[in-house]
Amino acid sequence: MRPPPPFSRFLDDHREAVYRFLVATVGPDEADDCFQETFIKALRAYPRLRDGDNLRAWALTIARRTAIDAARGRRRRAQPAANPEPPPVDGTPDLGDPSLWQAVRGLPPRQRAAVTLRYVNDLPYAEIGRVMGSSEEAARRSAFEGLRRLREVWNAG
Amino acid sequence: MRDDLTDALRRAGGAGGASERAAARLAAEAERRGLLDVAYATVDSPLGPLYAAGTPRGLVMLAYGDVPLEERLERLAREVSPRILEAPGRLDPVRRQLDEYFAGRRRAFEVPIDWSPLRGYTREVLRRTAEIPFGEASTYADIALRAGSPRGWRAAGNALGANPMPIVVPCHRVLASSGGIGGYTGGLDRKRFLLRLEGVEPDDARGEGGAPRRAPRPGR
Repeated sequence: MRPPPPFSRFLDDHREAVYRFLVATVGPDEADDCFQETFIKALRAYPRLRDGDNLRAWALTIARRTAIDAARGRRRRAQPAANPEPPPVDGTPDLGDPSLWQAVRGLPPRQRAAVTLRYVNDLPYAEIGRVMGSSEEAARRSAFEGLRRLREVWNAG
Repeated sequence: MRDDLTDALRRAGGAGGASERAAARLAAEAERRGLLDVAYATVDSPLGPLYAAGTPRGLVMLAYGDVPLEERLERLAREVSPRILEAPGRLDPVRRQLDEYFAGRRRAFEVPIDWSPLRGYTREVLRRTAEIPFGEASTYADIALRAGSPRGWRAAGNALGANPMPIVVPCHRVLASSGGIGGYTGGLDRKRFLLRLEGVEPDDARGEGGAPRRAPRPGR
């Protein structure tokens, strides 16, 4: 066990993973707000953190909860269901095929998180389990089922 | 298992610059919510880059660039708080005043100092050192006396060597009782530079005797 590094280091090390995860799970529009919220929560808890290992999983755990809260908030605001992806604004990175993201966000929450953590973030299943509070096996199953469902709805052509 | 679908997933979320921009905005949000315990910035100076850090109470570190920033921040994380972010705004006053000082347009720093991480004798020695005016020089023995420990000149030297904010707490103004230049964590070249900037010429060559003398003021 080593002490957590200065928060600035933690942010540099994991901002990319958190951002990628959020773009995939809540979409580019909400990713930025969720990103701020994720790291504010992390900053709040940081002085109590004793163990500097597994910080990527810790950051993504907070990001995942933040994404779930954001989705709840969205439902409460009861926006119309079909929310077409707006065209990328200036400076927005190329996020690939919007229909793919539509499909990812259509997955049940656990499958969506597992698929994103596995294929967008490239995490090993043990770490995905840690983020999702489940076993490695359960994480593997969720990712597998999510991917199968994606294949049904998304045609790579 | 690689195929079109997993490749498409891997390519996506290619945040790159976006995550960097989002991270840069975090400091302001943290400050607004009172969660930014330590802000840091890099300040250019004729003595090389300086790393400055401040708490809401005041300046807590000003360090020469010889030791990597990462090490400096790790120490702040241990001794002050791990809630550290780069946030140049909080350090703007000290940056401006350092510019003025090095340009010969400022004789005293008017930035609050956070003394709270410093303890005991070290704190006392550094507080007394902070009172030495621009262009004046003191000695280790004199500082020890003023810090309430007449025979503690060696300990005073150690305390000055641990000064977490040289220049602003002017430990360069403390010389050997002989008039010799004494020591300096940032290196004697830097100490000489600062003393000359302030018009003090230490008796560098001679080991013993002779008080520090004032050099003629450089032309302005």
